[in-house]
Amino acid sequence: MNTFMNKYIRPAIVLTVLLTVLTGLIYPGIVTALAQLIFPYQANGSLHTVNGKVIGSDLIGQYWTSPRYFHGRPSATLSAATGSPAPYSADNSSASNLGPTSAALIQTVQQRITQLRKENPNAPTGPVPVDLVTASGSGLDPDISVAAALYQVPRIASERGLSKDAVRQLIMNHVQGRFLGIFGEPYVNVLDLNLSLDTLK
Amino acid sequence: MPVSLNSVLQVLIFLVLVLLITKPMGLYLTRVFGGNHTWLSPVFVPIERLFYRLSGINPEEEQKWTGYVIAMLVFSVAGMLLLYVIERTQQWHGPLFNPQNFGPVEERLAFNTAASFTTNTNWQNYTGEQTMSYLTQMMGLVFHQFVSAATGIVLAVALTRGLARRSAQTLGNFWVDLTRAILYILLPISIMGALVYVSQGMIQNFNPYTVVHTLDGQTQLIAQGPVASMEIIKNLGTNGGGFFNANSAHPFENPNAFTNLIIMLTILTIPAGLFYMFGKMVGNTRQGWVLWAASAVLLIIGLAVIIPAEQSGNPLLAKVGANQHLSDTQAGGNMEGKEVRFGITDSGLFATITTDTSCGCVNSFHDSYTPLGGLVPLTNIALGEIVFGGTGSGLYGMLMFAIIAVFIAGLMVGRTPEYLGKKIERKEIMMAALALLILPASILGFSAVASVVPFGVSQLTNAGPHGLSEILYAYTSANGNNGSAFAGLSGNTPFYNWTLGFAMLIGRFAFLIPILAFGGSLVKKRVVPAGLGTFPTTGPLFVGLLIGVILIVGALTYFPAYALGPIVEHLLMQAGRTF
Repeated sequence: MNTFMNKYIRPAIVLTVLLTVLTGLIYPGIVTALAQLIFPYQANGSLHTVNGKVIGSDLIGQYWTSPRYFHGRPSATLSAATGSPAPYSADNSSASNLGPTSAALIQTVQQRITQLRKENPNAPTGPVPVDLVTASGSGLDPDISVAAALYQVPRIASERGLSKDAVRQLIMNHVQGRFLGIFGEPYVNVLDLNLSLDTLK
Repeated sequence: MPVSLNSVLQVLIFLVLVLLITKPMGLYLTRVFGGNHTWLSPVFVPIERLFYRLSGINPEEEQKWTGYVIAMLVFSVAGMLLLYVIERTQQWHGPLFNPQNFGPVEERLAFNTAASFTTNTNWQNYTGEQTMSYLTQMMGLVFHQFVSAATGIVLAVALTRGLARRSAQTLGNFWVDLTRAILYILLPISIMGALVYVSQGMIQNFNPYTVVHTLDGQTQLIAQGPVASMEIIKNLGTNGGGFFNANSAHPFENPNAFTNLIIMLTILTIPAGLFYMFGKMVGNTRQGWVLWAASAVLLIIGLAVIIPAEQSGNPLLAKVGANQHLSDTQAGGNMEGKEVRFGITDSGLFATITTDTSCGCVNSFHDSYTPLGGLVPLTNIALGEIVFGGTGSGLYGMLMFAIIAVFIAGLMVGRTPEYLGKKIERKEIMMAALALLILPASILGFSAVASVVPFGVSQLTNAGPHGLSEILYAYTSANGNNGSAFAGLSGNTPFYNWTLGFAMLIGRFAFLIPILAFGGSLVKKRVVPAGLGTFPTTGPLFVGLLIGVILIVGALTYFPAYALGPIVEHLLMQAGRTF
């Protein structure tokens, strides 16, 4: 029994304590200190400030409802407090988890398409870009495809009294390409686009 | 086929990167577990010695397989209890480490989570940003992400020693191997990797959640926390348990295509390196490259199914007016549960890699994949995560298939099978078969029960065949210690917390004990020189045989269940049925 204690129990307990302190406190402590020192903007959430006020994070999608702004993707997040649908709840990320043959999924997408067409009466008819009518994985997707941005051009142009060409040009100036031209997909960050939209005259 | 040139290019470049990493990582692993001097030794040797002195460990003393297993089990129990206690005492974690003031984790959920992180599964029946304090995330979960990964690695090393050593008794010292795995491999890579991640926008702070008022007049509460330090070890150790509920789909946990690429590479770094280390230690690196090649083929087979399936999209969505065509301005495809910055290729590649290994982190939600797309991750896990596989578990799982393959080859030519010059006899085959049978028995057994009892089926989000897929996926993931989910299944109930918790413990420990017994039996054997009748295990013929055995064993075991789940759902989807 004594040898079992010395050979197994003591090393297990002492090593657990030592490794907990090393990997659970010292390691994240060192990383946090270095991160805050070298990359404070990123480490604290890439928070975007306008006139001294924080208006969001560059990386976290927001719920856009005004017709004067570009809209993002549908979001399946729920309110953490009530459990009822609350798009872009950035303290309660989640996907819809609806399967491909779910009647709820198909009906929801159909309703979104109807709503989208109502909001964008002058948009081209025909099928709408899929990312504008499907919920993202995080529920916080900050981006839309270029096609989804272009789809909204007629609405933004008429709401803001701008030419369609000017709005289209603005989108093209804000397309983020693939990493090294190879990895990922091109996209437009909705907050970035809307911020520059506000500066257009 | 609806696949773009860019898609093919991404996959090819990725595979080349994995190839380039394999040898340097393998050589480094060989040095570390050979007890050799490395460039980090000046820093870590003093810490190592201090650890051994305080723990009363004699680093020179080696253990037989039984000693190695007992040490591993006692250590796992200690860590599991510690995590349970940390979870249950969150109310005392204080404002710095628990700024959102989360209360103690409910008992059964705390048990499930403790089992989950101890077994390297990282199945999560909770929403991280609404349940766990920063202290629990760091000291409870990240600690296990280090030690469970290290445990997997050292067991693979011990098994390799069993094959490499001749007429010996011992497999190494568990405590020494474990300490070295953490100090020399996991910790240094994690510190560097975490800082790279922060530079790209992953967060790393102890702030309370931030309130923002948007241009559109909305109020948003943004979660914060020490994310980057968890993200790196989560993937390097093929753990997979994320800080946030959305895991690597969350922009703070995977901000762009560059971090996504690094995540996928870190998942495969150690498993691929271990294949090389294995070859090096048994004295013929081709023995390792054979396993690597078989893995690469199986990886590509998975990708050849999942990417076209997802890119083709969902015909039911096309019918109601969604444009899923790939074009210059959109990736198209089945975008439900996926992020725009990753599109189809990076989501499909990620889903394949995370289930080829025992990682289980996700950057898109598998439950919303098309039936055939979702079948790929499910099958990958069910085959035992041997396509590169988990940290350590990939190598030892793959070696069990290799033993079965030489056994079958031996039966065909009527000779006693040999592997690496060691005769494979009754005891070894029994242990290998036992290890490979425990997994499907547990997966199919638990799934069968859950799909008929009311508290099993009441937790499904999706009806019809997809519901069965959700249950199958849950127990496959738990037994395979993967941790990804068809997340429509609400697992935070007493029934699922208990059964999934036990499935995870069975999948880890009931699998490991026969494997180490196998190693302990082989280490004693002499090596017989290869003769004319020896089946060579270094050529393309063996790669083919190995892949054949893996697929046939897997297909025969799971095909009936899959026919009732994803396969019938695919046919019904094509016919326009919804549930």
